[in-house]
Amino acid sequence: MAESTKKKKKGGRKKSDAEMEVKAEEASEQADVSEETTDQEAIAAESAGDETTDEGDNQVAAPKRPDPDWQKAEKPDLSLDERLQGLEEDQLRQMMKDMLLARRFEEKAAEAYALGKIGGFCHLYIGQEAVVTGAVHAQTPDDYVMTAYREHAHALQVGMEPGVVMAELFGKETGCSRGKGGSMHMFDKERNYLGGHGIVGGQVPLALGVAWAIKYRKEERVMQVYMGEAAVNQGAFHESLNMAALWGLPVVFIVENNRFGMGTAWERASSLYDISQKSKAYAMPGRVADGMDVLDMYRVTKEAVDRAREDSGPTLIEARTYRFVGHSMSDPVHGVYRTKEDVEEHKEQKDPIRLFADVLDEAGIVSQEELEEMDDEAKRISAESVEFADEAPDPEPSALYEDVYANEDVNGRLYFDGRERP
Amino acid sequence: MAEITYREALNQALAEEMERDPDVFLMGEEVGVYNGAYKVSKGLLDRFGEMRVVDTPITELGFTGLGVGSAMVGLRPVIEFMTYNFSILAFDQVVNSAAKLLSMSGGQFPIPITFRGPTGAALQLSAQHSQALEAMYAHFPGIKVVVPGTPADAKGLLKTSIRDDDPVAFFEGEMLYNIKGEVPEDEDFTIPLGVAEVKNEGSDVSIITHGKMVHVALQAAGKLAEDEVSAEVLDLRCLRPLDTDAILATVAKTNRVVILEEGWPYGGISTTLTTLIQEEAFDHLDAPILRVTQADVPMPYAKGLEKLAKPSVERVVEQVNKVLYR
Repeated sequence: MAESTKKKKKGGRKKSDAEMEVKAEEASEQADVSEETTDQEAIAAESAGDETTDEGDNQVAAPKRPDPDWQKAEKPDLSLDERLQGLEEDQLRQMMKDMLLARRFEEKAAEAYALGKIGGFCHLYIGQEAVVTGAVHAQTPDDYVMTAYREHAHALQVGMEPGVVMAELFGKETGCSRGKGGSMHMFDKERNYLGGHGIVGGQVPLALGVAWAIKYRKEERVMQVYMGEAAVNQGAFHESLNMAALWGLPVVFIVENNRFGMGTAWERASSLYDISQKSKAYAMPGRVADGMDVLDMYRVTKEAVDRAREDSGPTLIEARTYRFVGHSMSDPVHGVYRTKEDVEEHKEQKDPIRLFADVLDEAGIVSQEELEEMDDEAKRISAESVEFADEAPDPEPSALYEDVYANEDVNGRLYFDGRERP
Repeated sequence: MAEITYREALNQALAEEMERDPDVFLMGEEVGVYNGAYKVSKGLLDRFGEMRVVDTPITELGFTGLGVGSAMVGLRPVIEFMTYNFSILAFDQVVNSAAKLLSMSGGQFPIPITFRGPTGAALQLSAQHSQALEAMYAHFPGIKVVVPGTPADAKGLLKTSIRDDDPVAFFEGEMLYNIKGEVPEDEDFTIPLGVAEVKNEGSDVSIITHGKMVHVALQAAGKLAEDEVSAEVLDLRCLRPLDTDAILATVAKTNRVVILEEGWPYGGISTTLTTLIQEEAFDHLDAPILRVTQADVPMPYAKGLEKLAKPSVERVVEQVNKVLYR
């Protein structure tokens, strides 16, 4: 609470926790939303015979299509200095390098996928780079990170070797999960990277457990868990938020809202458009961050991470972002669920790398020339990761039965396929 | 040795393991203030405090995932399902997380978690509260499945399960909590996983079973003895790992097999055992393997129908007589 009050002075428009819970303000916001009644809502209200009230206290906000500045909806109007938040130039440069690497690595992965070197599902992160870069920079290497299956950038962001990540995509023995996980299941115990989970929302209770362990051991660590916006409709999400708030666990829930769960637009999937508001059902602070602005991601996540560390309290962050690519490698960039123009507009106007480059240029920290050098470096590292993965050995057949059980030194039989073990 | 109930044996095992290892904690619905829906955790909250004996909301998927997540970073949770019927709500976390994280992470994340709670039918609890779900758990590689039928086995095997580095699904019999038996008092008393036990020596037929059904098998063996039929009762105690040596040995000894389980027949434990025996001991068989399972229907409420649905001593005797061609 103290932290957020401090931030408020700096940020000017930031709401404190207490204010976030002021019902009057909430009600007026809801009323604003309800003024833009959609056809659907009108039909629903008519058929239910409801009389809409001006108060709107019990009204649920109707599904609402985002306006063009949707991502920036709750971003305070900050000066350049305020946006930079006193971050060291080196760290700002590193953020840019991280985003460039995420972008160039994914481009290489797409190439390798097209060549058949990567199999299965492969979900790329292109367009969303600001989210994980800004958020992970807001915590320390001792803190934990866990996410779903759009995760290559998360793996890179926690410091995993690009070659090892690419080798995992190639299904190689020297991949981070020894070729058993692939694109969706990367792990790195040493770097506190806890995966890599393939069931929508399934990672959220797991993250809760890690936060529980932090509290159990009285550690000062933080658990950062990411999910796509579609995960918010899963019971696992709600069960986890409830317990996180009930028990005061040090966890930051980051919803990467790229507006489409595969091909289903968020307004077609949720009765309440503003994801951050779902936190109120669990008496938890909810925040919105511009997921196309790495500095805004940093600002919002830092506040949540500090609160988790100091007060052991959870926060829900809705990071409003956009993917420039299809849901996975097996579907087209826009398909039938969004327009080509929508994608192009985002790429032209909201590319998180370009937006950040402009900030760094304006601040005189990274020149255009230096940016190109950084980009070349990211391309070189990505190309080398492919070389490493190409040359890496396939898993031995004997690996088939390895790591199924940690403690195989038991009597009796564990496997029932009747096969000889290779 | 002291004579205690199955419930007390479990309580002792939990208390001893929590005393021994500060990373062990118990979490579930009503395990703390209420002392456990079946009083298995009686007194543990007072003794170990609320961080180690944790009452949860009714949120099975959530707290099961919480347990698995805490195990990822080295805690050793014991997650109590008020009954295994409710674990169906949590099954995604059991199957997709607990059973697979070690493999998916290339060996980086062992999951030393124990799931436990009662399985099977009690009395007139109807369809949703009477299921024996061991087979469903044993289906998944990555999980170990433990099914004790006596107080001593309950204590020795629960202690081993908690110490094991893999996810263990530990099934207690809802009707077994009050049964009494001799249990060693030694705090180091454990029983290794994957070791079956012959609960009754015999030479004419083998009844292979586990959990609560051990007692049905023993009663059947008693009845059969009156007819001068010598029935061997093999209690598997664990389903995965499975003591295949003991199974093959009893088949080689009696050449006739009846498999008794509380669950349903389709894809059940008995199905796997039948396959195993025909694959590896075909030449030892003098008769087809027969089974006694629950009737292949959702459990009815009416007393008479429920009795018909459950495996019974009479059904076992009947099937034994068939494999003996009597």
